[in-house]
Amino acid sequence: MPDKPRLTREQIAQRAAMELPDGAYVNLGWGIPNLIADYLPKGITVYFHSENGILGMGRRAQAGEEDFDQVDAMKVPVTLIPGASFFHQADAHLMTRGGHLDVAVLGGFQVSEKGDLANWKIPGAKGSGGIGGAMDIAAGAQKLIVCMEHTTKEGAPKIVKQCTYPLTGLACVDTIITDLAVIDVKPEGLAVREIAPGWTLEEIQELTGAPLITNGRVSEMNFV
Amino acid sequence: MRRKVFANLDEVVADIPDGARIMFGGFGGAGFPNNLIRALARKGVRNITAISNNCGTGEGELGLMFKNNQIRHVIASFPGPHAKYFQERYAAKEVTLELVPQGILCERMRAAAAGLQGFYTTVGVGTEVADGKEERVLSDKRCILEMPIHADFAFIKAQKADELGNLTYRLAARNFNPIMAMAAKTTIAEVEEIVPVGSIDPEHVITPAIFVHRIVQAKGLRYAG
Repeated sequence: MPDKPRLTREQIAQRAAMELPDGAYVNLGWGIPNLIADYLPKGITVYFHSENGILGMGRRAQAGEEDFDQVDAMKVPVTLIPGASFFHQADAHLMTRGGHLDVAVLGGFQVSEKGDLANWKIPGAKGSGGIGGAMDIAAGAQKLIVCMEHTTKEGAPKIVKQCTYPLTGLACVDTIITDLAVIDVKPEGLAVREIAPGWTLEEIQELTGAPLITNGRVSEMNFV
Repeated sequence: MRRKVFANLDEVVADIPDGARIMFGGFGGAGFPNNLIRALARKGVRNITAISNNCGTGEGELGLMFKNNQIRHVIASFPGPHAKYFQERYAAKEVTLELVPQGILCERMRAAAAGLQGFYTTVGVGTEVADGKEERVLSDKRCILEMPIHADFAFIKAQKADELGNLTYRLAARNFNPIMAMAAKTTIAEVEEIVPVGSIDPEHVITPAIFVHRIVQAKGLRYAG
């Protein structure tokens, strides 16, 4: 594996933030996606959705202003932005499943070339595992982005021909943003849109478990 | 008027039998009926089937009942990283688990509340969740059949009740509580404050009194972690 710098988790989040349109209703999952709210481009308002019944979450609450009845899906006290609302969990998931969210961003263990996602259980891991809202979100978001490292800690590809981990959903991923590339899942294959500075497409293909294609020009990942 | 207000926590759970199916509200540390859970644990019931998003935070929330080995089966979406006592019982095969996607957990309870006999969904198709479920294609989409989840009791946490049982909630502590209130045969609400009938603006009622059978006042408990 080439020993070259890759994007940090924060830089992946920063790049993903650029995919969010002004005024969008957006759900952010655990892991890298949870960092995205800190990197919204200036002048953009996004209404962040939480599965426990909040639309319009603002920044995390600072010390002294926390209200533990107003927490996000990770139990962290949050603030609200003007226009926010509360509702119960069934309506929160009616929004995820019913196609009402413009964009959802989830973490991933594996994504297949067909856009299948595995993100809730590592085979052989101890304990019960837990699904949470991931399957509802994967099934229903208008656009599903997965943010993850391109390879496992051991260097194995996380973008694969077929997922071997327990699945979250079939053919649900639209775009994959990793520490090496931005890739769109298209009917004709995994189309590379951008690659990390200093890397070549051939080097990234080496670290990918399914064939990559390009639709014309591939540009350098931009995350500032 | 039917008497719904109970004097204390022990009285309000006194008739709950061993083997009961009980829904428990709460998410992310907010909106848990922790006083009712403690009263049920004190009563010493056994073999409970618990329907809950998660499985406790240390000894808090449902943790206490797993610690005491009072729960035999759980229907949950996300047992959770802090559900120490659940994970111990689960590893020892003293408790069984049905994992359900969170929104489908809501809808299966809502189906029970609404008198529906099931529904088809694309959620979970091709995953472990689909194992053993009927699959069919509707509008060109693969779907699985999900069945209602019924319960004998719902334990819920609300902010305010009037003496008739109309409820309001606070912020995101609402979460699963209104859904469970509608789905169970007997709903018991733990509330911060009980007010006279007529003092909640009808437009502000979140759970109408028809769904609430018992009310008890208790200062809310919260568990960190």
